[in-house]
This record gives sequence, C-alpha cells and structure tokens, in this order.
Amino acid sequence: MLLKRLTEASGVSGNEKEVRQIILEEIRGFVDHVSIDRLGNLIAYKEGKKASKKLMITAHMDEVGLMITHIEDSGLLKFIPVGGIDKRILVSKPVLVGKNKVFGVIGAKPIHLQKREEWKKALDLDQLYIDIGVDSKEEAEKLVNVGDYVAFYSKYMEFGDNLVKAKALDNRVGCSLLVELLKEVKDISFYGVFTVMEEVGLIGAGPAAYSVNPDISIILEGTLCYDVPKLDEHLIPTYINKGPAISLMDRTTLFDMDFRKKIVGIAEKNNIPYQYRKTTMGGNDSGKIHTTKEGSITATISVPCRNIHSPTSVMSKKDYENTYKLLKAILSEYEKGEL
Amino acid sequence: MKFNSNLLKKLVTVYGPSGNEGKIREVIEKEIKDYVDDIFVDDLGNLIARKKGNGKRVMVAAHMDQIGLMITHIDDKGFLRFTNVGGINPYTSLSQQVVFENGIIGVISSEPMEDMAKLKLENLFIDIGVKSKEEAEKLVNIGDICVYRSEYGENDNVVFSKCLDDRVGCFVAIEAIKQLKDSNNDLYFVFTVQEEVGLRGAKTSAYRIEPEIGIAIDVTGSGDTPKAKPFAVGLGKGTAIKVKDNSVLTHPKLRQFMVEVAKENNIPYQMEVLEFGGTDSGAIHLTKEGVPSGVISIPTRYIHSTVEMSSKEDIINSIKLLVKILERDIEI
Repeated sequence: MLLKRLTEASGVSGNEKEVRQIILEEIRGFVDHVSIDRLGNLIAYKEGKKASKKLMITAHMDEVGLMITHIEDSGLLKFIPVGGIDKRILVSKPVLVGKNKVFGVIGAKPIHLQKREEWKKALDLDQLYIDIGVDSKEEAEKLVNVGDYVAFYSKYMEFGDNLVKAKALDNRVGCSLLVELLKEVKDISFYGVFTVMEEVGLIGAGPAAYSVNPDISIILEGTLCYDVPKLDEHLIPTYINKGPAISLMDRTTLFDMDFRKKIVGIAEKNNIPYQYRKTTMGGNDSGKIHTTKEGSITATISVPCRNIHSPTSVMSKKDYENTYKLLKAILSEYEKGEL
Repeated sequence: MKFNSNLLKKLVTVYGPSGNEGKIREVIEKEIKDYVDDIFVDDLGNLIARKKGNGKRVMVAAHMDQIGLMITHIDDKGFLRFTNVGGINPYTSLSQQVVFENGIIGVISSEPMEDMAKLKLENLFIDIGVKSKEEAEKLVNIGDICVYRSEYGENDNVVFSKCLDDRVGCFVAIEAIKQLKDSNNDLYFVFTVQEEVGLRGAKTSAYRIEPEIGIAIDVTGSGDTPKAKPFAVGLGKGTAIKVKDNSVLTHPKLRQFMVEVAKENNIPYQMEVLEFGGTDSGAIHLTKEGVPSGVISIPTRYIHSTVEMSSKEDIINSIKLLVKILERDIEI
C-alpha cells in the first residue's frame, strides 16, 4: 500500500531520496515529463487539454527528524533536531540511524534515579542519547557517522474506526494523494511537484515555484489536529473525520479568498464534507509559492493529523478519501476552465 | 498647499484589510486614473500605476491594506471568535466596534477575566447582535475579515483615525501623483497589498517592475508622548527620512539625496532610526539583483489603534518632499 510504503521510508529534511525514489517509481509512465532540480525537488508534468491557467499541485516529501552531532566514547550518540521536534516526545522512542538504518533507541536517566525536581521538566536534548547497542566509539563509528540523519522507527498500522497510525503523515499523506492524482487523472494538464526541506523553512518550494511559475497552486498537507475534549470549541484547529481542512490563513499566507470560496463551493456542490483549519499557527510551502516572481494564487487543503511531528501520528482514512474526492472535483472544474 | 481633508477622510473610511483590498483599490484607482498613463492590478491585487518617462525606473510604494480581525468560529449563540490579521492588540480591541465588508457591525467584548494582564485575543469575541448561529451565518462567514470602526477626527494641527497606517501613505502618493509636473523618471506608483502580514505585495510587484530606485511611504512611530521610549521623531517636526528599521537599512546615497532635496526646498525633515517594525522597502531592496531603497515616513502616534494621530504639516511636507524627489534626476 502506497501510504504504508511512503510513511515507512526515511526522508528527514535534506535527505528525501528514498521517498523521491518511491514516488518516481509510482508515477513513471503516468506523467509526460519528470525532472529533479538542483535542490532535489521532483517536478512532474502531466499533459492534457490546454488550459488558460497553469496549475501546480504540491506536497513536501520531507519529515522532521534528528541528526547525529557527536559520538561519545561509550558509543552513545548525541543529536540535534531537524525541523520542529517537541523534545518531550523523544525519550524511549526507537529510531533508525544513517543510510544503513542502524536501529537504536533514545534513552535517558531512569525515573528511579531522577530527583523530584527533574520530574517536573521535560528532558533536554543534552540529557538524551541514542543507544545503538555498541559499547565503544570505535564500534559505533563502524556503523554511523556524525552528520547522519535519524528518522523515527514506526510501522504503519490501521486501528479503530478507519484510523491510521504512522510516522511522517506530515506530509506523506500529501505525497500519497498527489501520486494517486497523477496516476488516475487523465487529459488535464498540471504540474505535480514534490518539494524538499519544507520542515526547515520552506526551502524547496521557492525554487520549484520559480521554475514552474504557476498561476494557481494547491498545497497538500497533513496538518495539526487537536480535537480532544475540554478545549473550547473555537480553539480546536481541526477535527478527525470532519473532512479535508481548508486553510484560511497561517503565518506565511493569507489564502486568496475567492479561490478558497470556490473550493468550498465545489465541496458543497459535491456533498464532500470539509472543515476550516481554524488556527493561524504554522506555515507551509504556500508562503514561498504565492510570493515567487510576480505572485500567484494559492490554497491549502490538508488531512488532519493528531500527534503531528511524532512517530505516532494519527489520521482518518475517511478524511483521506474525502480529500481525494475534493481534489478530483477541483480538477474537473479546472478542466472546465472554472478555477 | 491646502490639506485635502476630504480625500484623507475617504481613504481611512473605506474597508480594506490585508488579503481583501478590493474596495480601497477601487477608490484609489478612481482617484488617480486620469493622472497616470497606465494602470493595472496584478495577481495578488497590487494596484500599479505608471507615469511614463525616459529616466530611471522608480517604484513608489504605499500599502493599501489595514490590520483586521478574521472570523475563525461562530458559536451556537452567534458569537464570533477571531484571529488577528496583522498587529492586533487585545487591549486595544476590547470595547471597539468592528465592521465587515458587507457593512455588518459588531462590538468586541471579553470572557470574564480574573487577571486582565492575561487577556489574549482568544478570550475576546465579537457580538453582532443576533440570536443564533443560523442568524449569524446569514450575515458573516468563517474566514471573513472585519476592521475597526471609528470616527475620523481632526483639528488645525492633527488628524486622528484608524488605519492612518497606511492610508496616509496612500494619500501622500495620490497627492504627489496629482501635483507632479515635469519628471524625467519612469514612475511606478504601487498601492501594495498584504504589507501588514509580511510585505508580500511589495515583493511580487517589485519583481515585476524591476525598479532602479525604491521609495516606500509609510507611517513611523513617535517618541514625543509622556514617558515614551526615547525615539527622536515627533509630530510637527517635519517629514521623516528613514535610516533604518527592522526590514531595511536605507541606501546611504539615496538617503543623502533625499536630505539634500529637503534642504534645497526648505522642507522640514527629521531623521528616523527605528528599532522595530518594517515597511515595503524591506522587500523592494532585496528584489532580483537588489534595489537602492529609501523611505519617507509620516510620524504617527498610537499606531495600530483606532486613534492613530499624525500632523497635517508633516503630511504636507511628506507630499512636498516626494514630489521634489520625483521631479529630479535621481543620481546616486
């Protein structure tokens, strides 16, 4: 299954090759032109009917993770975060280190040995280490290097009522949607762009938009979901199972109002459930895309993901399906020249 | 020069928050179209007006957008929750009136607070005086943006209103367009969008125009109120020529040129060194291969409130300086 393959692949920002390879294999034969630019963005073009506006649909390939900074004499590895990592979620997690995916676990001082004061604070990065099961620096150096990337180790799993647990749903869910679109849609011209290094500052999207120079773009994302009880309703950014989340505004973009309303109209016309992404926190590739060159119009459509940026992100397959339906409906309006 | 109160009053009254500048753009377009050679609107909504010339390509930018409040949630009783579009302060917002694009008016109030020092936007709500969610949804939608509603006021010395930031900059640019006589320069007046959320309109319009010189017209703060942080800019002391803010170090030769023009024409001016904030020149000067850029600022008190206050003399002097600069061959 595509989403399983994509989420189980390692692709921390700057090291997206494995993910890109899967995508390349998937879309080969279904697109008319593919290129990989100097930063590593994968730019695919599907040729169909001529359209008056150039459409680009994007999803970033990278995920948050860690990087090895130091190997201690004991063989334990020290690390720094790559992208937005909540340090409180790190302790006791299994990880894969480097190209050869050396298995390790993130360790810390046991609770028995911690003082009461220490309980109150999240463990800092300098109190954590990765244990790859060796007992000397020399042995460790045979397996890993300083500068190696570290990805969470977490199997794709389905549970409960149509829910999925995996790592890197942000944003393999976007990649998966875009791959499916590229494979299934016929006779519509559009660019499908898989970007690099979004999680460390929307790095790939600017150059990709510079070369494609789109008129309209749709950014696909896995976005934050925090729909637990006891939170005031107006503070809940998105809900699981309420459909694709359409962005209003975030730190990087004020989404074009007319385009947003058109998308909402398309959802309503086709009886596809949707919700608004109510928070304005965070940002995504749109920030770079809509201000590249002479500017363009963008929208962001996301699948809500609980526990985002953790090895146990959770999303709903229903939301995935409804997001896909919405995208297809949007493309069919685009085909009619209605966007 | 007579102070055109009517035009400034009109400009600060028209609705136009970041991302939804259509109405204010129409008003400005009408005001200037007979005075320029070419006028159009780009994808993000910037209004670009050109007065053709054979000299240097100069971009003059004033942003049209104002800060606003975007609706994020409508509760069962029809109360609206919101987030900020640009720099909206919870204390300034409390007990204000707001108005939507369609004219719907609301008032802002807060949940009961035990400690007012902890007031945040998420504690505030807008009451549009309806009885239910259904009734509210007929009038407003999630994603709609409203703006503060307040009266324009003036006396002999000052004007005060919401969104002098940056309608007063638009006013200066419009008056300059009307007063300009002989200019060799190829002038692009850009009324930009989305400055308040990150100088976004200036970025894309500058890319298109490829200016050789950039000049932004915007408000700056003032250091002349009781116990104000030391800041050597005050109302009534002249137009302000910017040296720096958080977005730009103005080009020294252009800055010097601006100072010389002010001196030659006996236009009172003050130098502005601002420790925070930014303006469109921040985006313009980094465009493509770089653009020497400067800023003419209008000293303003109480920025981002409903009672922003500027001096009429300073505004007039800003217009004079801009006109004199644009009429000269800019050698830097």
